[in-house]
Amino acid sequence: MDFEAVIGLETHVQLKTHSKMWCGCANSFGADPNTHVCPVCLGLPGVLPVANEEALRLTALTGLLLNGTISPFAKFDRKNYFYPDVPKNYQVTQYDKPSTSGGWVEFEFQGGLARVHITRAHLEEDVGKNFHFDRESGVDFNRAGVPLLEIVSEPDITSAEMACDYLNALKQILIYGGVSDCDMEKGMVRCDVNVSVRPKGEKKLGAKIEIKNMNSFSGVRRALEHEIPRQIAVLRSGGTLSQETRRWDDTVGVTESMRSKENAHDYRYFSEPDLMPFVPDAAWLESVRARVVELPLTRKRRFMKDYQLPAPDAETFVNDVPLGDYFEDVARQGVQPKALANWVINNLRARMTESNTRLEDLKFPPTGIPELIALVDAGTISSKIAQDVFRHMFESGESPAGIVESRQMGQVSDTSAIEQFCDEVIAANPKSAEDFRSGKAAALNFLKGQVMKASKGKANPALVGDLLASKLNS
Amino acid sequence: MAAVEIDVEYVAQLARISLSGEEIQKFGAQFSQILGYIDKLRELDVDQVDPTAHADPRVNVMREDVVQSSLSQELALRNAPVKANGLFVVPKIVE
Repeated sequence: MDFEAVIGLETHVQLKTHSKMWCGCANSFGADPNTHVCPVCLGLPGVLPVANEEALRLTALTGLLLNGTISPFAKFDRKNYFYPDVPKNYQVTQYDKPSTSGGWVEFEFQGGLARVHITRAHLEEDVGKNFHFDRESGVDFNRAGVPLLEIVSEPDITSAEMACDYLNALKQILIYGGVSDCDMEKGMVRCDVNVSVRPKGEKKLGAKIEIKNMNSFSGVRRALEHEIPRQIAVLRSGGTLSQETRRWDDTVGVTESMRSKENAHDYRYFSEPDLMPFVPDAAWLESVRARVVELPLTRKRRFMKDYQLPAPDAETFVNDVPLGDYFEDVARQGVQPKALANWVINNLRARMTESNTRLEDLKFPPTGIPELIALVDAGTISSKIAQDVFRHMFESGESPAGIVESRQMGQVSDTSAIEQFCDEVIAANPKSAEDFRSGKAAALNFLKGQVMKASKGKANPALVGDLLASKLNS
Repeated sequence: MAAVEIDVEYVAQLARISLSGEEIQKFGAQFSQILGYIDKLRELDVDQVDPTAHADPRVNVMREDVVQSSLSQELALRNAPVKANGLFVVPKIVE
């Protein structure tokens, strides 16, 4: 019997705000422990939380970026449980009235397009960070109260690879929208994985196993690559699976049951009496809508369609948005897009990296590269010489025509000058000349190379080939 | 109106409090009375009333995303029974 996996992901993402969700403590990573804390985020008695408007905006923006619906009425609830990293003994979250619902993430998968539907994206608060010592644990509450968005997917995912690709697509969208920096190293993205298996063709879902608190996409992939065959093996050997929470041990590479949370699922949610509901008005929604950006996949497909660029070039412009915008600005001048993309990616980007230069600090104007391309197209300079001209243009900001003129880099198309080089080269390489005459066509390339070298690269290569051939054949 | 059975021991466990047998009896009876009163409220016709999360009709109470000063580490940890290396020290967490 064949089995299939059914996977849904709950992805927690820290929002890119300056301050925390309910108080003015800084939302920043890496400070000394318990230095970004106050009575509100420490859960001291008698304090009142006040919602951070930017966090609500970023939540609504995420809803829009994920093709979802913004709720006309959202509220916050208390999720009650005891854990040392939860200072209030409850986490504020959105239970039955989340800020957004529905939508989907679309991404390229196995040569086609995959779509994973989104159940909801709701706003909550992060908890503190635990440190484990020999006999006790320590808690740092700097992270407690950081706005956290939980994005819940439908169980549309069918493999470890698809889970990974979904997460990468989601991450790219959130970075694009400025919703989160999604820095994995800083723990800004964490994932709970729900996975079950069932015989292929079976409609009923198998027992759901939850794998908690994964902090890397490769971890999610490896955990699923381990967990799916484990569940299948249990069923194949006649065993049964029951709903449970497991933990992924990244060093050993296995999932293991988390017994201590057996009773922890009764969270006794109720409305947070300290916070008022949120009812966005049209103007507020419009201000959020204005922040919607073109999605990475849309941008990639547009670059491929509008500029006829190959996928790797388009991806470069998706991953490096300013570079892509620069390309588009210049492309509008009517220059051949593929030639322009080659210059921008192979030369401009490389020189910028080498010299640590930003686009806004470029010395040459946006007309520079199109002029350079025109000089090559017109045969004024060879594409090899054009590389040197680019380097001068990048360093001085001088126009390509000016550089070619002042440095006498123009291509020599003067037949008599090239003929002289050809005669010299033939005289100096009698063996190659003889090889060519006796039918070895490749010998011509060697001779051509010698002429180009003698001319310091300035001879018109096509002309050199013609002249050499006619001289050798005569 | 049917009497509502409440698993007092389970509720006590969720709340992390320990109760004596006598207390379980006493609180169990009180819980039933409270829920009985809620049942009485159900007799009211509330078809025309919207569900409400809050008695106060205000909505959209928000603050600007501005950083304000926090407590010093020393002050934050002042009431902690045990502290070390800037951390609140708690009994070992076993997952």
